[in-house]
Amino acid sequence: MDGFVIVASVLVALNAVAFVRVALGPSVYDRLLAAGAVGTNSIVLLAVLGFIYERPGMLVDLAITYALLNFIGAVVAAKYLERHPEPTDPLTDKLSEGTS
Amino acid sequence: MTIAGNILIGSGLFFVALTALGFIRLPDFFTRVHAVSKSETLGIALVLLGLILHEGVSLVALKLGLVLLFIVIANPVAAHVLIRSAIRTGVRPWTQSNKGGGA
Repeated sequence: MDGFVIVASVLVALNAVAFVRVALGPSVYDRLLAAGAVGTNSIVLLAVLGFIYERPGMLVDLAITYALLNFIGAVVAAKYLERHPEPTDPLTDKLSEGTS
Repeated sequence: MTIAGNILIGSGLFFVALTALGFIRLPDFFTRVHAVSKSETLGIALVLLGLILHEGVSLVALKLGLVLLFIVIANPVAAHVLIRSAIRTGVRPWTQSNKGGGA
């Protein structure tokens, strides 16, 4: 099962890279996109964790639930931001005065 | 079967790593969506396919297949909703004359 441990480690490292974009991201959409990518990686991480413990059925249901919640969360947050734009966002402020 | 699964998992991790590289290197939001919606979806699908090959024919493999199907449908849809929301609230793409995206 060492191979699955390596796969899980790589996924955690790539999640850390996406978290850097969540922390740095200039606009709220960058943060939202990176958080969605972290969630998508975590789905596979859950499935691989089940294989590490040699009981894959244990965590696959959680992976299904996490996939559904991740999708719903991204869509709801995007819809909310579409109706209530973030006025203090530096990127949006700068670009909106450039286009007006 | 196991060797084919290992190859699929390795190539999937390569594509997920490309997504992380795109997060760091690409200049603005729309190019990052480009990285996530395609490369991430393909990488995740390949890793899940490799896990299915490791598992063989069972209920767990069926559930993993359902997760794969849902991700292949839902990930591009989520990216599309995000990008539509960004366009409608006034975010403009990065160009040579408008380098407002930051990096």
